[in-house]
Amino acid sequence: MTLRFSRKQLCIPYALFLALFVVIPMLLILFYAFTVSTPDGIRFSFSNLANFFTSESKLSTLLMSFTIAIISTAVCLVIAYPVAYILARSKLKKKQVLLMIFILPMWINFVLRITALRELLNAVGLLESHNYLCTIIGMVYDFLPFMILPLYTSLEKLDNSYLEAAADLGGNKFAVFTKVTFPLSMPGVISGITMVFMPSMTNYVISDTLSNFNITILGKQIDQYFTTYYDWHMGSMISIVLLVIIFLSMLLTGGFKDDKNEARGANLW
Amino acid sequence: MAELKKEEKIIELVGVTKVFDETTAAENIDLYVRKGEFITLLGPSGCGKTTTLRMIAGFDIPTSGKILLNGRDITDLPPNKRPVNTVFQRYALFPHYNIYDNVAFGLMLKKVPVTYVNKQGETYTKMRKLTRKEIDEKVKSALAVVDLEGFEKRSVSTLSGGQQQRVAIARAIVNEPEILLLDEPLGALDLKMRKEMQIELKEMHKKLGITFIYVTHDQEEALTMSDTIVVMKDGCIQQIGTPTDIYNEPANAFVADFIGDSNILSGTMVGEKLVRFCNHNFPCVDDFEKNEKVDVVVRPEDIRMVPADRGMLQGKVVSVVFKGVHYEITAMVGRSEMVIQSTQSAQTGAVIGMDIGPDDIHIMKKEFTVNKYDGYITKKNTVAFGDGEFACDVTTLYPGSHLDEEGYLITADGQQLDLTDTDVTVEVDLKDIEISDDAEEGGARGHIVSLIYKGDHYQYIVRTEENEEDFVLDTEDLWNENDYVSVKIRPECIRMKLKQEAK
Repeated sequence: MTLRFSRKQLCIPYALFLALFVVIPMLLILFYAFTVSTPDGIRFSFSNLANFFTSESKLSTLLMSFTIAIISTAVCLVIAYPVAYILARSKLKKKQVLLMIFILPMWINFVLRITALRELLNAVGLLESHNYLCTIIGMVYDFLPFMILPLYTSLEKLDNSYLEAAADLGGNKFAVFTKVTFPLSMPGVISGITMVFMPSMTNYVISDTLSNFNITILGKQIDQYFTTYYDWHMGSMISIVLLVIIFLSMLLTGGFKDDKNEARGANLW
Repeated sequence: MAELKKEEKIIELVGVTKVFDETTAAENIDLYVRKGEFITLLGPSGCGKTTTLRMIAGFDIPTSGKILLNGRDITDLPPNKRPVNTVFQRYALFPHYNIYDNVAFGLMLKKVPVTYVNKQGETYTKMRKLTRKEIDEKVKSALAVVDLEGFEKRSVSTLSGGQQQRVAIARAIVNEPEILLLDEPLGALDLKMRKEMQIELKEMHKKLGITFIYVTHDQEEALTMSDTIVVMKDGCIQQIGTPTDIYNEPANAFVADFIGDSNILSGTMVGEKLVRFCNHNFPCVDDFEKNEKVDVVVRPEDIRMVPADRGMLQGKVVSVVFKGVHYEITAMVGRSEMVIQSTQSAQTGAVIGMDIGPDDIHIMKKEFTVNKYDGYITKKNTVAFGDGEFACDVTTLYPGSHLDEEGYLITADGQQLDLTDTDVTVEVDLKDIEISDDAEEGGARGHIVSLIYKGDHYQYIVRTEENEEDFVLDTEDLWNENDYVSVKIRPECIRMKLKQEAK
């Protein structure tokens, strides 16, 4: 006997998975965010939302996360672009090996990497007094490969004849770069930014380890509400706010734009 | 061709060679282009035509040699500093710009000198960018030239191949270059579109008065459009001439084979303006030395069919194919194959007569009459040449000599010689080289890089990988280009000469 499944039947496991691990948890977070626990039981309320935008500590945490994420992303981009450009456009025969060296740290346990970095920063005397600097160094160090790889991918597949055409039409090296190379690598830039910006807002292991718990970012605050204060309602609300911010930032950078030629986010990897 | 005055040559290549890694893409190219000319670089893929174009554009810098533009050396000038624009094979339109911005790209970067007089009456020259309005007008008129008015706001991806092609041309000509370079611009279009664009390009050339340098592998395209054709092969120029010259007076068998259809036959000069091939003496117009072996080229349309008893040649028809305007008739004359194009048909199996006029017989020097190599004798009394090692008869080097039991050569007067590492020159006739698909069988190995059909046999060139040594050979067997073969030569067919007396 042969088993035959229709396409619909084959979808069932995935649909179940999505329902169980995506839709239901999201609904639960939404539920918790817009409810409060009272002695009489749980009731619907906007007070969490109001609370978030009136609490000075929460807003300053948001601002802090934003600042750190923006700076880390910008630094990553500034470092990664030349690296990706050189790797992608050079005629080096061993460039795959070089790329591998930049990507290799990603395969080593991240806690180990951060602990090692902490020791290093301690040794050079930065750790005690420079909380912000150390956190940003940590973020950049950790997320740099995520910026390099999409940039490399989009620059590597860039057709050389575009650059030749630009030079042919009178563009000097600078004009070729600003008018053709960079715009055509935008999908890689956007996907790199998305890959770095989002985790930089939330990865509190880095900020905790490298700032001796002096810097609180949004991810840390969510964790605190769930595990320390046992206030799941406020924790869920902060998660929702973060989600909206990420969604808006994606919208702003065009991460959702679905152009026929340039698949969004340069297909990441 | 007569030497031109300097001002008539817009661009001149002097001994230009380009080597990539270890392969020579263009070798010692000497070429000039007249102002306003439509010149085509024609050749099979890998002949160096695109490399030559890219050196003129400035994308590749020659390994040696000079490129002169209006007499000025521009060899090392970057592409953006050259008054030359290119239409790329795959168009290379910028996907992030619309049609207007694509065409305006060059204009936006352009600066023009303006002179004005200040209060003291001194004149100043300043560079300024073009104004919006100037750019607008130029873009509009360029799009009008290529018949794409109203397409300004469209994005590149919404255009068909032919339309993209036109935008690419507009983007280049809008800059009013002195020379327009076109790298197989019609290669990606379908046949009908290609024919239309050929005519349009030719008209554009007339209208604009810009010099066109065109690259193609399509001989028909070259013949249709060009004022001058440069036929290239293996990085070298084979012939430069007008389409008529190239077609009617091909410089060698390669050109004859590549341009149009042709019957290429081996012949011998038997008298003053008299050539013998297919067992018949033909009067001809080219003069070569008596008894010289020559290649004879006869175009299929130049052979007249006549009743069998009246023709200079008789042949048996083996195939007749209707081609629309004419019939293509293949007839065997003895062991040679003759292709005839005629408006009359013939019966397969029938015997026909053929006449060829003196003007229609094109005679050219045989390019290869013998293979020559530098070689040396090895320990085993074999000879090494052409990236291989062959059994040979070393006693031919010294008349009356023989070999002793240890392999030493004993000369006629009893002297014992060790010939190891003796340098010799080696000659092998074309007909004495055999090829085999068993790589172990022959003395050298290589790929077939060229084949030309010569009526009753094929001429092959086998090139070795290591030092790119060529073996030219004639055989009736059919092989394919790129076949990997080994080369066999019988010992008695290897003619050797000492370069100097052995010690």
